[in-house]
Amino acid sequence: MRDRAGRLGYDGELTGETATVNTIPLSNSPPFSNSPPFSNSLRSGPDGRGRFGDFGGRFVAETLMPLVLQVEQAYAAARADPSFQAELDYYLKDYVGRPSPLWFAERMTKLLGGAKIYFKRDELNHTGAHKINSCMGQILLARRMGKTRIIAETGAGQHGVATATVCALFGLPCTVYMGATDVERQSPNVFRMKLLGAEVRPVTSGAGTLKDAMNDAMRDWVANVQDTFYIIGTVAGPHPYPMMVRDFQSVIGEESKVQMRAVEGRLPDVAVACIGGGSNAMGLFHPYLDDTDVRLIGVEAAGHGVDTKQHAASLTMGRPGVLHGNRTYLLQDEDGQIQEAHSISAGLDYPGIGPEHSWLHDIKRVEYVSATDDEALAAFQMCTRAEGIIPALEPAHALAHVAKIAPTMREDEIILMNLCGRGDKDIFTVAAALGVTL
Amino acid sequence: MSRIAAKFAALKAEGRGAFIPFLEAWDPDSATSMAILRGMPGAGADLIEIGCPFTDPMADGPAVQLAGLRGLKAGATMARTLAMVREFRREDDTTPVVLMGYLNPIDSYGIERFTTDAAAAGVDGLIVVDLPSEEADLLLPHATARGLDVIRLVAPTTDVARLPLVLNGGSGFVYFVAITGVTGTRTASAAELEAALPLIRAATDLPVAVGFGLRTPAQAAEAVRVADAAVVGSALLDTLLASLDEQGRAGPNTVRLVLDQVRALSEAVRAARVPA
Repeated sequence: MRDRAGRLGYDGELTGETATVNTIPLSNSPPFSNSPPFSNSLRSGPDGRGRFGDFGGRFVAETLMPLVLQVEQAYAAARADPSFQAELDYYLKDYVGRPSPLWFAERMTKLLGGAKIYFKRDELNHTGAHKINSCMGQILLARRMGKTRIIAETGAGQHGVATATVCALFGLPCTVYMGATDVERQSPNVFRMKLLGAEVRPVTSGAGTLKDAMNDAMRDWVANVQDTFYIIGTVAGPHPYPMMVRDFQSVIGEESKVQMRAVEGRLPDVAVACIGGGSNAMGLFHPYLDDTDVRLIGVEAAGHGVDTKQHAASLTMGRPGVLHGNRTYLLQDEDGQIQEAHSISAGLDYPGIGPEHSWLHDIKRVEYVSATDDEALAAFQMCTRAEGIIPALEPAHALAHVAKIAPTMREDEIILMNLCGRGDKDIFTVAAALGVTL
Repeated sequence: MSRIAAKFAALKAEGRGAFIPFLEAWDPDSATSMAILRGMPGAGADLIEIGCPFTDPMADGPAVQLAGLRGLKAGATMARTLAMVREFRREDDTTPVVLMGYLNPIDSYGIERFTTDAAAAGVDGLIVVDLPSEEADLLLPHATARGLDVIRLVAPTTDVARLPLVLNGGSGFVYFVAITGVTGTRTASAAELEAALPLIRAATDLPVAVGFGLRTPAQAAEAVRVADAAVVGSALLDTLLASLDEQGRAGPNTVRLVLDQVRALSEAVRAARVPA
């Protein structure tokens, strides 16, 4: 944690609020936060340079830099404007369907025999995943900025569908970049996007997955800076995106705190979420960062195993570097070339991770573990049969870890898991993995 | 005086603009790429820009993306790119060489160690595409301490108020990205260049090079009528690509075809009018 003091809102050695080193007012007041801001809070990042400790920043070409600064200013103004929050609240409630329920997974709890398991049901959102929380916030910002065209990247297609959906709602043209490999394995979502009026551009560079889609989306943005807003799907990219997407997704954790207190009279002992870029996990974790009695566990995709080359476990197996506008943990070779990630879940198939996760990893506030393709598949089937909920393959990774730890915990302990997406989109992948021909 | 400053001073005395061809290291293989590099000064290159292959070149169009992947497939690394320059310097001590690349391979090499090794190899300047002014303090002190010029990029989106920040710490020359877009995709009009150049010149005494949209001898000549140098990259890479066989191997004419194009571009630049 070089250089932490002086660049970060948090430093354990600082005492009193006068010692605050937070230089940007906007990071002290997350729009969805019920918690008062404190200078020694783990929630006050990033600093004025968009950094969480050593991670984050704004590593983009000069052509984009003025635009990135423009987004930062516009977001700061929106955040301070109650009418923006009111507008967002309206759409989240009546269009997205928030708050999402908190579900006591009683049969899973009995089956695993240990801690009580709760699901935060973000798969019940309109479009079937947590992605729309952030898309709604970002498109309202794009409208405020007078942007007339939207672009996005997508892996599993959930973010692409959510972006295409809000574009249809507001009548804005939408172009979604999607790796050609993903176009193939997520064809239902491709068709959904097209039905919603979006143009889906298959990306053939690299391995044709999420990383390559993000490259091409940034190339589009460079070429269309004047009229285009880039709706990024995760807590990555240049500042302010990691902060902005986190803020929009924090509705997940904030709601869950209220719901847990109502149902159990207390916060959970453990909160678990899967991690690709890390937006659903950051949305769940961020409101709990200062509740240090709550263990936070992020589950990366171990693919065929972290001891193989076929995985997407950036924090477990990667090292810090710079990609897609921010410094973070990356899967890369000795020469700094980015490696292809692998996961059965297209949404986790990314060789990087949001920079705030990298920081939380280094300061050890969040534990990062991994689950393999096979473990996720087993959890997927278990949840489907035990709860009547077909989860997406992404949260099936989180569930695989829940299945590991629940039996080791006492019956009066509580695990909260973010069920961040539904699995309808994955039935073809699962069928193929199980050797079933549809 | 640095090689870059000396070259621009000499060209100014000569009364003409500079031609800067681009090649990607190890594209499509070590020997071919070395032969192109060696042949460039003789074909009329005044300075040379060498691309450092990276898996994710976000500011580059298809031509440079493919060239980078060919280089990586052939085995290019940052160390091997520096070795190319070291080899080139054994027979050419005057033609400035500028490396263009992305931060991660440099960061992975170690920024301080990289600047040391690059300077020792005979590199004169660095263009790091994804290192805007806001992050440049990572590189500037190390590069400056070793006499490497850090060449700053100015884009059409850079407004006048931002120019001093962008130019701060830069040396060698200023690289004007003539289009909003990735390399090799569109060409700036003469009017666009004529509108932008005075604003940049008002903010710096450094020579100004134009790149990102120049393909033909006529366009390169047009650029040096208002700017001090013209960079051509994608058009040369397209020629190289067209000369490869079905397996992507260099053909018998690859080196000659690329150098012929360098010569044609250089002749057009030499025949163009001098900047006022």
